[in-house]
Amino acid sequence: MSQFNEMYQGSSVRMPYARLQDWVATMPEELRSLKQAEAEALFRRIGITFAVYGEGGDPDRLIPFDMFPRVFSGAEWSKLERGIKQRARALNAFLVDVYGRGEIIRAGRIPGRLVYQNEAYEKAVSGFVPPKGVYSHIVGVDIVRTGPDEFYVLEDNCRTPSGVSYMLESREIMMRMFPDLFRENRIEPVDNYSEKLRRTLASVAPAKCKGEPTVVILTPGHFNSAYYEHSLLADLMGVELVEGQDLFVDGEYVYMRTTEGPQRVDVIYRRIDDAYLDPLCFRPDSMLGIPGLMDVYRSGGVSICSAPGAGVADDKAVYTYVPDMVRFYLGEEPILQNVPTWQCGREDDLKHVLANLPELVVKEVHGSGGYGMLVGPKASKDDIERFRLKLTEDPGNYIAQPTLALSTVPTFVEEGVAPRHVDLRPYCLVGERIELVPGGLTRVALKEGSLVVNSSQGGGVKDTWVLAE
Amino acid sequence: MRLTVDHVTRYRYDAPVRSVVQSHRLTPSSFSGQKLIDWEVTVSAGIKGARHRDGAGDVVQGWTIAGPVAEVTVHVRGTVDTEDLAGVLRGHRETVAPDCYLRETLPTRIDVALADLASKASGPDTLALAHALSAAVSDAIAYRPGVTHAHTTAAEALALGEGVCQDHAHALMACARSRGIPARYVSGYLFADADGQAHEAAHAWAELHVAGLGWVGFDPANRCCPDARYIRLGSGFDAQDAAPIRGIARGGGHEDMDVTVAIQQAAQ
Repeated sequence: MSQFNEMYQGSSVRMPYARLQDWVATMPEELRSLKQAEAEALFRRIGITFAVYGEGGDPDRLIPFDMFPRVFSGAEWSKLERGIKQRARALNAFLVDVYGRGEIIRAGRIPGRLVYQNEAYEKAVSGFVPPKGVYSHIVGVDIVRTGPDEFYVLEDNCRTPSGVSYMLESREIMMRMFPDLFRENRIEPVDNYSEKLRRTLASVAPAKCKGEPTVVILTPGHFNSAYYEHSLLADLMGVELVEGQDLFVDGEYVYMRTTEGPQRVDVIYRRIDDAYLDPLCFRPDSMLGIPGLMDVYRSGGVSICSAPGAGVADDKAVYTYVPDMVRFYLGEEPILQNVPTWQCGREDDLKHVLANLPELVVKEVHGSGGYGMLVGPKASKDDIERFRLKLTEDPGNYIAQPTLALSTVPTFVEEGVAPRHVDLRPYCLVGERIELVPGGLTRVALKEGSLVVNSSQGGGVKDTWVLAE
Repeated sequence: MRLTVDHVTRYRYDAPVRSVVQSHRLTPSSFSGQKLIDWEVTVSAGIKGARHRDGAGDVVQGWTIAGPVAEVTVHVRGTVDTEDLAGVLRGHRETVAPDCYLRETLPTRIDVALADLASKASGPDTLALAHALSAAVSDAIAYRPGVTHAHTTAAEALALGEGVCQDHAHALMACARSRGIPARYVSGYLFADADGQAHEAAHAWAELHVAGLGWVGFDPANRCCPDARYIRLGSGFDAQDAAPIRGIARGGGHEDMDVTVAIQQAAQ
């Protein structure tokens, strides 16, 4: 399988990486290990760790940070940016539609079963249009690259995509450790993300809110694996970080307990799942939510970001239809392509998948984090047979995709510098305007030849640069 | 038929609670077979909160009660004109796609016995099949109060062969969904006329979606379709989702609840 190396084309260096060639060539071995240790110490000091589920070991393990940046030229980025924004607009149009008249289903462009029988479809918000017609305010689009001009979307994250703290901290640490690099290269800043996020959230305040909206971040608490990120974003935006018990419903509004008495809350950036938001509407045993919240929400007393029900747009079975959404709602051709996907629930697709398991990647429809997936070319015979059985028993629960030759970026490893596979998650903000900071989270599979970049499976992170034109 | 409703729900806490929040589906919506004449819901020491009409056409009203309180009383009084439409929910304003109600929930989960019961029913069209399914559930589960509880599942009730209206509705829904018919739970009131039968005044039944006709009510507990004796309050995926009152108390002890419902025919 030929792999696209983002830095080298044969023996020549691709333009965006030109200046990094000298940087790495002239870096003494001792300095490198010194800097790597420094970076790790910095990450530890900030306390940015990511719990790893189902693997045992240290739940506060650091995600390894790789100092070799991943670089995009301005031209490369501008195409990505247009593609990502287009996708974010289409996904939101889809959400407004399926909670309204469902035109795309009536038109026969997507099977109603995939939408209406989807567990992420919330009947409770049927007929409701959130402020500015936005359901998903932060769209994390996972992108892989296979060639100079070939980008594919692996999946969309319309609920509460995490990882943006790594984008921010990676940049800060790189700037602190290698200030010269940032003088020599014209790198677009990402540190205005929090300000843009705050503006986005404020822009979707409910109509009943007069004056400057009060925004809060709702976290499940410090035991959540992304708690660090919740507190970092609250800090950077200058808003309160609250748990369910800090908020309460009184009459037609939601209030926050403060030392100066109750304060009305207009926008809740929630980092908890729909099911836990309100025990009077969803799971009655939820201790994390706010009783009565959904009644206030539905009557326009508070905004919830992402809007309850947004998850139906990022389901892996619905994903197949995103290019159709772009055509249907925007009348445009999709700029970013989907990875060809086989729905194992379809008889013909299943046949193809079962016949080609060793070449394919198989994923659970509702899975995430790289769990419960099969990477055919890397799997043992036993693993393949195990998946064959699972697929036969419950085909509708799986999709399959070709194993893509993910691009590589030079990465510091034991033996020096070597190519490792990467993906990219940019964070698109959708409110009154659609914005994208130039950058994102680059995840890198640190094991040689590995294609699984998930932090739960031994992936690391890199700083992502976009060069100014 | 003109019916009056007097429905009191009293919550008592063994220690005063800090606050209570409730979400009500306690106001009937108007449609061809049901017209609201007057209707009032009061909550002792309650502050009326947000109100909206949800996608299923139900009026949802929030309430908050500031503590400390040891007792909360929800009082529903009203008058409704009803008409017998043979269970057909005509002229009801709603937006939820019927296919949404093909999803199963914990109490309506299908098992082998339910699937077997459902597969034996037959009819020349969906409406006839729906009637057959409802009859099958009536035959399989005898009306008997006290043997099941609020969290009994359809599968458990069928295994027992006994249950109340909630169990009948859940069982019918599970059977209907397994035959590809969207089904939902309906809560409401039933006027017990002088037919000598025992009825539950606070009642529940199921609605099945028949293409071309729309939603049609079936009451397997009484072997009939809802008629002029029925007042429809609201619907949902199951009993919990359609509950007329959902509430939560903060910072208190054990809760006791008692309910009285009186439905009477009024002079027109």
